[in-house]
Amino acid sequence: MRKIVLVGNPNVGKSVIFSTLTGSRVMISNYAGTTVEYTRGELTIGEETFEVLDAPGTYSLDPSSKVEEVAASLVNQADIVVNVVDATNLERNLLLTSEVLERDVPVIIALNMIDEAGHKGVEIDIEELDKILGVPVIPTVAVSGEGLRKLVDALPTAVNQSRQPLSTADRWIIVGDIVSQVQKITHRHHSWLESLQDASLKPITGIPIAVAIMYVAFQVVIGLGELIAEFIEKYIFEGLYEPLLINLSRFLGGEGFLHNILIGTLIEGEIEFEESLGVLTTGVFVEFGVVLPFLTVFYLVLGFLEDSGYLPRLAVMVDRGLHRVGLHGYSIIPMVLGFGCNVPAALAARNLESRREKFIVCTLMAIAVPCMAQLAMIVGLVGRYGGEYLAVVFATLFFIWIILGLIIDRFMPGYTPSMVIEIPPYRIPSIKAQMKKLGMRVKGLVVHATPYILGGILLVNILYTSGVVEYIGVVFTPLITGVLGLPGEAVSTLLVGFLRKDVAVAMLVPLGLDARQFVIGAVVLAAYFPCVATFSVLVRELGAKDMLKSALIMIVTAFSAGFMLNILLDRIVPAPYLAAGLVVSAIVLAMLLGSTSDRREMKDLDSAA
Amino acid sequence: MAVNLAEMKSGQSGVITTFQGGPGFAEKLGHIGIRKGKEVKKISSIFRRGPVTILIDNFQVAIGYGKAVRIMVEVNSSEKNSPGR
Repeated sequence: MRKIVLVGNPNVGKSVIFSTLTGSRVMISNYAGTTVEYTRGELTIGEETFEVLDAPGTYSLDPSSKVEEVAASLVNQADIVVNVVDATNLERNLLLTSEVLERDVPVIIALNMIDEAGHKGVEIDIEELDKILGVPVIPTVAVSGEGLRKLVDALPTAVNQSRQPLSTADRWIIVGDIVSQVQKITHRHHSWLESLQDASLKPITGIPIAVAIMYVAFQVVIGLGELIAEFIEKYIFEGLYEPLLINLSRFLGGEGFLHNILIGTLIEGEIEFEESLGVLTTGVFVEFGVVLPFLTVFYLVLGFLEDSGYLPRLAVMVDRGLHRVGLHGYSIIPMVLGFGCNVPAALAARNLESRREKFIVCTLMAIAVPCMAQLAMIVGLVGRYGGEYLAVVFATLFFIWIILGLIIDRFMPGYTPSMVIEIPPYRIPSIKAQMKKLGMRVKGLVVHATPYILGGILLVNILYTSGVVEYIGVVFTPLITGVLGLPGEAVSTLLVGFLRKDVAVAMLVPLGLDARQFVIGAVVLAAYFPCVATFSVLVRELGAKDMLKSALIMIVTAFSAGFMLNILLDRIVPAPYLAAGLVVSAIVLAMLLGSTSDRREMKDLDSAA
Repeated sequence: MAVNLAEMKSGQSGVITTFQGGPGFAEKLGHIGIRKGKEVKKISSIFRRGPVTILIDNFQVAIGYGKAVRIMVEVNSSEKNSPGR
């Protein structure tokens, strides 16, 4: 199959063109040996079916980062390259064009967002551009589909120029020349959308806007996610699926090895989707009844925030704060995702550039960002003891997040470079591209996560039935009672927490704990280890070695925090003072110590200059 | 007068003169379209050591503080004391 490759800068509407050109058979792939993703689909013209590859957005084909490497090697495999050019930023986009024209491949140009260029007072002489470049230039408006038919019809007329390679400086000279010949700019006044754009980048207006958008996004995810989850549990799991399982359970005789694996333990003679621990009961339920409904809504909201152009602005707002813990603004995305569910957060971390950033994001997120289900349980159950105890839980997690971030930033070699990100204008997202993206993401999650979730539950199931859990309980009881001051039975909650953190928090209730014990239990459960689904994704994203380090940090941190609370809370410091003290001391420490990453970057750039 | 991007005031415009961070630094920014001789307008900065957002041609870029202080700009003299747009 011959290949058509779409290449262009980020935010030029490439994926919208891609989703219009291709049918429903699209998939996200990882480029071999990298975590860089690109999308594949098919396009049939007349008799011939082409494979269409959407290369990751890039500013250059010079392989100075992984993304550029992948884009360059996709171009090398192409039979036709469609270079998508943003008409509102002709000069910058033509740099990539000049690089593409040096390659030995036929090229055609989609001059996209030609309508927006008009609104911005940018006028381009398309015929002249076509003539100067020597390859077909087709004006398009991807969002409305304008010009795309023409683009497809013109594909066979793509021209291979294989130009003499130039230096970047020479390329800029040629590009500058072309732009001065074909582009005329007339000044236009600010539109209201542009004023809003600027407002979301200034601290006074930008911070309230960020808080409001995050609030609404959370409300939508929780509200809609819960609605769908309830519907699925009631009608699909209890209505359709359970009767089938009951028959299977009877067929297997209600017990035995196979029954234990598939159905699990019957709770008072019945199948309980949350507690039976069978692969077909709890395994399937956790994935399709709990994780998937929330994630689908979550991805929908995320897709909207991405394509509307808001996310980079959020990154700008929080950049300063995140620098303290060795991260930069863009890492806010996985952190926020974590509050929904840690699984997609861990998946989002793959878009971060360095191994260092990934490690810090994943570790801090898994330790100090409780997912939605767990949050609900903590608020509901710790809240019964009074708001001051709830405050202690969150203050401790905040304290852990900051202090651990400071420590890792200091002791992990290297630094996280400060960000350079383009802030695209606000745009109304294309529904079609949104739906396609949502479909691909959900499909990708099901394909990737299913074996891990089912496998994880199988593992816990086997550990339980083989008696290993009981043994662990005996071994760890001294730790639980001595260090944390909790009753020995609490060890079972730690094991369940590996599976479902929310259920584990609920399991603290029958232990008859006092307020301080409950706070310790909730904090340790939140921090000690990610749930099985998150854990499996983290292993894949970080690699086994980094995950092992991360897991050690988590366990040590959780027990140290629990120990600290056991000593201080109520015995030495009353709850409200402890909560306030933790928050204040974390902030003060962060301000005093500053960012190691910042200092290392300064030094590095100084020595290069 | 040459100042760095962080020192520039929001609303001011100027022309990029130098990059103080080695050839790799300038090259990388160059790919994005941040080059010597380009006219820039500062849109905003977040507090004292936060990222700086600038407008070049028709696109906006946010640059972390560590890099922003290494991009020197000759501010257009007529606008030196004018407030933001």
